[in-house]
Amino acid sequence: MRRYILQRLWQGVILLVLVTTIVFFLGRLTGNPADLMLPEDATEEDRQALIETLGLDAPIHEQFIIFISNAVRGDLGDSHRYRTPVVEIFFSRLPNTLMIVPAAMILAILMAVPLGILSALRRGGLIDKFSGTIAVLGIATPNFWLGMVLIYVFSVQLGWLPSARMGGFEHYVLPTITLGTFLVAGFMRLIRSSMLDILDSEFVKLARIKGMSETTVVWKHCLRNALIPVLTLWGVFMGGLVTGAIVTETVFAWPGIGRLTYEAVIFRDYPLLQAVILMDALLILLINLMVDILYAYIDPRIRLAE
Amino acid sequence: MRNLPWIPLTIISVMLFMGIFAPFLTSYSPIDQSLPDKLLPPFWEEGGSIKHLFGTDIFGRDVLTRLYHGARVSLIVTALALLVGGGVGLLIGIVSGYVGGRLDSLLMRIVDAALAFPTILFALLLAVTMGQGLRTIIIAISLLLWARFARVVRGEVLAVKERDYVALAKVHGCSPARIMATHILPNVLNTFMVLLTLHVGVVIVAEASLSFLGAGIPPPTPSWGLMVAEGRGKISSAWWLSLIPGVAITLVVLAFNLFGDWLRDRLDPKLRQL
Repeated sequence: MRRYILQRLWQGVILLVLVTTIVFFLGRLTGNPADLMLPEDATEEDRQALIETLGLDAPIHEQFIIFISNAVRGDLGDSHRYRTPVVEIFFSRLPNTLMIVPAAMILAILMAVPLGILSALRRGGLIDKFSGTIAVLGIATPNFWLGMVLIYVFSVQLGWLPSARMGGFEHYVLPTITLGTFLVAGFMRLIRSSMLDILDSEFVKLARIKGMSETTVVWKHCLRNALIPVLTLWGVFMGGLVTGAIVTETVFAWPGIGRLTYEAVIFRDYPLLQAVILMDALLILLINLMVDILYAYIDPRIRLAE
Repeated sequence: MRNLPWIPLTIISVMLFMGIFAPFLTSYSPIDQSLPDKLLPPFWEEGGSIKHLFGTDIFGRDVLTRLYHGARVSLIVTALALLVGGGVGLLIGIVSGYVGGRLDSLLMRIVDAALAFPTILFALLLAVTMGQGLRTIIIAISLLLWARFARVVRGEVLAVKERDYVALAKVHGCSPARIMATHILPNVLNTFMVLLTLHVGVVIVAEASLSFLGAGIPPPTPSWGLMVAEGRGKISSAWWLSLIPGVAITLVVLAFNLFGDWLRDRLDPKLRQL
């Protein structure tokens, strides 16, 4: 178990180094990063000062070392738009994202687990057909458009829910549904297909022959095993979740990291975008590491393997 | 022919037709502004007319015309991104699977890393550093695709390379490059075709999302995602600006996904878990 976690940690570190390197070289791909790092109204003195701090007149490998050592100390430059250190902006927005992402995941789990199980247990039945349709539609509908349809129906036409920004409980409903839908569709399909595999396996047959109740068979024997593929494909969901968060926060003017990323793109705020990407990468790796540990905990084949 | 998925095929054909013949289907320009005609509703709403079936946008441009031309953008991006991303993935998958050993484990590590990291972040970074445009968006979407293709193709190659005819080719003294090109490649093409079809929807949504976020094809060129984004601020007064292009995206993606599922069941049922 310890070896497994250390191995995962090591892989995470390598990935982080890789991402940092790519971000560094992409910034230098198009000529002078000073042009990217400075706002349009910067003076020649600002420019010289930046060239000095980033060591832009030094050879590229020295620049890379400066970049890394600044990054490690949490200095990723100042935002063009806000004129404050980007890392501070990131942390001021992070809590807002951390409020809707778990809500969307809880929604996804609450919907996907029962529907996935029921459609596997009654294959071809009404619930199976219904959830199959939801899954197909959920995967084909782009998040940003779904969000706007929800705004149109529930805010513009019915006037039941607010269409933008943060506030009380009612402000959470539409963003959570928008972000959760993508996950619901994916989770549901995965849980269904792995439940089908497991229901057909030897140990489930044995449990049934032993006369265990159907509830015990489904909950204790099947579900735990059916969740493993969900965790295995976590990385794929993570990609969708990040994209979903950027798009959803943009649609609902939700002041989280997703919206911050969008602002960095449309205002061409390179230092901010660079920081958001590096911080996101760090966050994603931490979450992936936690998922890996959870994975080992659920699956004894990994927990006990040495 | 009996079990062909007719509805998805019809939607796909309509989209192809719209994209290919866009300039001949309409007398309006997708780009030129005509401010007196701005924000006309679709023909079935009050104030709409059959001159602009789906209404006009804030610059008085015909929404249907922009949909036609947007289909063209989606088709071009999809074709090029699948060619580049799918092609690179196919190549890496074949080499990795056939050569095996250290190279294989190195390449698969990179594939894992690429799959674990949300590529949209690199796509946005590329749009800011390289500037928006077709080239940027093709590179960005290819980054998303190649790893998925490489992983599946490699798995297929592992099975194919154990076949007798590959062994025979080796005994005959064929070079590895020749074996990969003439014996391995043709046998993974079915899988490759299925992967291509299953990823059309992925590419269309990715392009639309990037355009929506201001990192796609730059305006005024119409792209479906950009049209949704442009209509965002007008959702309460002019719903057609964003909702109609969204219907187009969803229908086309749905059609390609259903068609891809059908093709996979026909050609390569093993891939069902995808």
